Amino acid sequence: MGIRERLSGNEAIAYAMKQINPDVMGAFPITPSTEIPQYFSAYVDNGEVDTEFIAVESEHSAMSTCIGAEAAGCRAISATSSCGLCYMTEMLYVAASDRLPITLAVSCRALSGPININNDHSDAMGVRDTGWLMLFAETNQEAYDNYLQAMRIGEAVGLPIMICQDGFITSHAIENIELVEDEKVKAFVGEYRPKHYLLNKDEPMAVGAYATPVYYMESKRQQAQAMMDAKEVIRKVGAEFGAMTGRTYGLIEEYRMEDAEEAIVIIGSSAGTAKEAVNQLRQGGKKVGLIKVRSFRPFPAEELCAALKHVKAFAVMDKDDSFNAHCGPMYAEVCAALYAAGISGPKGINYIYGLGGRDVRVESIQHVFAELEQIASTGDVGETYRYLDVRE
Amino acid sequence: MNYNLKENLMREERLSGGHRMCAGCGSPIAIRTVLRQLEPGDKAVVTGATSCMEVSTFMYPYTAWKDSFIHNAFENAAATCSGVETAYKALKKRGKIDETWKFITFGGDGGTYDIGFQSLSGAMERGHDMVYVCYDNEAYMNTGIQRSSSTPHFADTTTTPAGTVIPGKLQKKKDLTKIMVAHGVPYVAQTTFIGNFKDISEKAHRAIYTPGPAFLNVMAPCPRGWRYPSEKLMEITKMAVETCIWPLYEVVEGKYILSYEPKDKRPVEEYLKLQGRFAHMFKPGNEWMIEQVQQEVDRNWEALLKLCEL
Repeated sequence: MGIRERLSGNEAIAYAMKQINPDVMGAFPITPSTEIPQYFSAYVDNGEVDTEFIAVESEHSAMSTCIGAEAAGCRAISATSSCGLCYMTEMLYVAASDRLPITLAVSCRALSGPININNDHSDAMGVRDTGWLMLFAETNQEAYDNYLQAMRIGEAVGLPIMICQDGFITSHAIENIELVEDEKVKAFVGEYRPKHYLLNKDEPMAVGAYATPVYYMESKRQQAQAMMDAKEVIRKVGAEFGAMTGRTYGLIEEYRMEDAEEAIVIIGSSAGTAKEAVNQLRQGGKKVGLIKVRSFRPFPAEELCAALKHVKAFAVMDKDDSFNAHCGPMYAEVCAALYAAGISGPKGINYIYGLGGRDVRVESIQHVFAELEQIASTGDVGETYRYLDVRE
Repeated sequence: MNYNLKENLMREERLSGGHRMCAGCGSPIAIRTVLRQLEPGDKAVVTGATSCMEVSTFMYPYTAWKDSFIHNAFENAAATCSGVETAYKALKKRGKIDETWKFITFGGDGGTYDIGFQSLSGAMERGHDMVYVCYDNEAYMNTGIQRSSSTPHFADTTTTPAGTVIPGKLQKKKDLTKIMVAHGVPYVAQTTFIGNFKDISEKAHRAIYTPGPAFLNVMAPCPRGWRYPSEKLMEITKMAVETCIWPLYEVVEGKYILSYEPKDKRPVEEYLKLQGRFAHMFKPGNEWMIEQVQQEVDRNWEALLKLCEL
C-alpha cells in the first residue's frame, strides 16, 4: 500500500528524484519549475541524497553538464520551463543523438512574447523534433508516476526523456497523491549500468563525432528506430508499474470511448476538465468520449487510429499554435496518422486553446462537443483551424 | 622535477598522428604538449569545443584521441567538462571509481573568448577541478577566418577585410587572461611555444595538478589565417614574445609572476611583418597603424610589469 500525501506537482517530482537518488543534477531556475531544483537542493544540502548538484549559470549549461555527466557514466537530471527549454534546445538534439538517457522535468509554460509565466504547451511542442521521449501528465499523481517510470524507459532505448506537466495548474496546485515506498522505487528503477562511458578505466570512449554524409543518416535512422522501439517499452514499464501500484499506464488513455460518436484528443491537465465535461454530457445522453495522449514522443499513431476510427467527429486540442495558417502540431499528426491508416470517415477539427494560461472551463469543452455534434449531424466541417475562448 | 625536453618527448603521445590539422598549425602542438604533462599513470577525459581541432581529430569512425574524449557543441565545452568532472566526484563518492582522473578542455578563441565565454565563466566560478586550455589563433578559423574578440587591432580577416575605408579590425584584442584572473581561480597562465617548450610544459603541469579550476591561454598561430609559411610557426611565436605582444606570465593564487622578460624588447614590426594579415599596415601612409599598435603593446607591457612587481 502506498503512502498518502498532499503535494504540488513540483514537490512530487522533487520527491521522486529524491527517492531515485540520481548521481548528478544540473539546473537553473525558471518559473514555474524553479521549485524542483529548490526542493532538491535542500535534499542535497541536508544529506538526504548522494547527488552532486551543479548550480549552473544557464539552462544551456544545465543540459551541457547533464550531457557531460551522463556520458561519463552517471544518471543526470534537470528541470526547466518555457524559455529555459528553448535555451536548451540545441543541447537537446545533442543529448538525443549521443543516445544519453537524461531525464528532464518540464513544468510547461508559454513562450515570450508577450512575456507570460502561465501554462500552455508551446515550450514542449517547440522541442518535439529534438529526439526526446515526451510523457505528459494530467495530474500531480501522473507527474510523479511518470517520473518513476522515466529512467526505465529512457535507459532501455538509449534516449533522453522529458516528463512534462502543466505549469502552475499541476506544478503548484496541491493534490492528494499516493507515493510509492522508497525500497519499491529503488527496486523498480534499478541501477544505471551503461555499456560504454567516459570514466571507464578499461576502455576509453569518444563521444560527439563529426559525421560526414556517409554516416550521418545511419545514425539518425538508429535514433528513429529507438523511438519506435520505445512504444513497447512504455507499455511494458507502464504495466509493470501498474502491477506494483494499481495504476497502469499506456501511450494513450481512452475515457468513455466505447460507443462514442464525438471525441476530443487532448494532452495534460485540461484532460481532467474535459473528463468532467464528458461526464456531464453523458448524463444528458450524449455519446461523447475523450482520448488523452500520455506519450507524445513516440507518437501513438496506431492507438489513436484504433480509438478514433468509429467516431463521427473529433476535435484535436492544441495548447500551442504552429503558426502555419493551418493547424496546431497535434492536429497535424493525428490527421497524418488517420490518413496513413486509410481512415477517412471521422471529420476532424482543430482547436487552439488555453494559450498563456487562458482558463479552460467545463463549458469551454462542452462548447467544443456542441460543435462536434453539429458537424456529426450535418457532415459540414466548416473551418478546421479554430481558436477557443478568444476575443476576436 | 626539472624539466627535460628529451624525457618529455619520450612520453607516449596522447593525441595520435594522422589527424587532419594543417601543417604549421599551432593547435595540435598545444594539445600534444599539454597532454604530455599528464603523469603517465593518470587517466584523463578531454573535452573539445567545436573547432578545426574537433572536426579534424574526431571524424567518424576515427579518433586521434587516446583518452576518453567528448565534443558537445561550440559554446559549451567548459560546462560539458564540468558535468564530466562532477560525474567523477559523484562516482567516487559512491565508491564506483578508485583511479585518478584529470579533466582538460580545449577550445579555440571563438569558443572561449566569445560564444563559450559564459559557459567558461560559469565553470571557473563554480570551482570545478579542471583545466581549460584556449588555443588562441585570433579568429574563427574553422569557418574561414572571421574576426573574434581575440583578433588583434587592424588584422585583416574575412569579416574585417582591410578595405579602402576601413583598414581591418577596428577594435583591440580582448584581454581574456586577465579576465580569467579576475575570476579568482587558483591558477591562470599565458604561454606559447618557445625554445625547448619548457614554459608551456611547466605551466600545463601546474595547471593540471593545481586543485580547482585553472586556465591556460596558449597563442597557437594559424598558417592560413595569419598567412605565414608553415615552417615559420616557431619564429612567429618567438617574435610575439620578444616584442611583448604576447607576454609569458602566470598568476598563482592572484599573484602575478612574469615568466620571461626580453633582454632586448623588439619593435612590433618584427612580429607584424611575418604575417600576411598585417601586410596592409606596411603600405605607405599606414605608418600610424604600426605606431598605434606599438603604443598599445608598450602600455600593456608596462601595466603587466607593474602587476608583477606587486
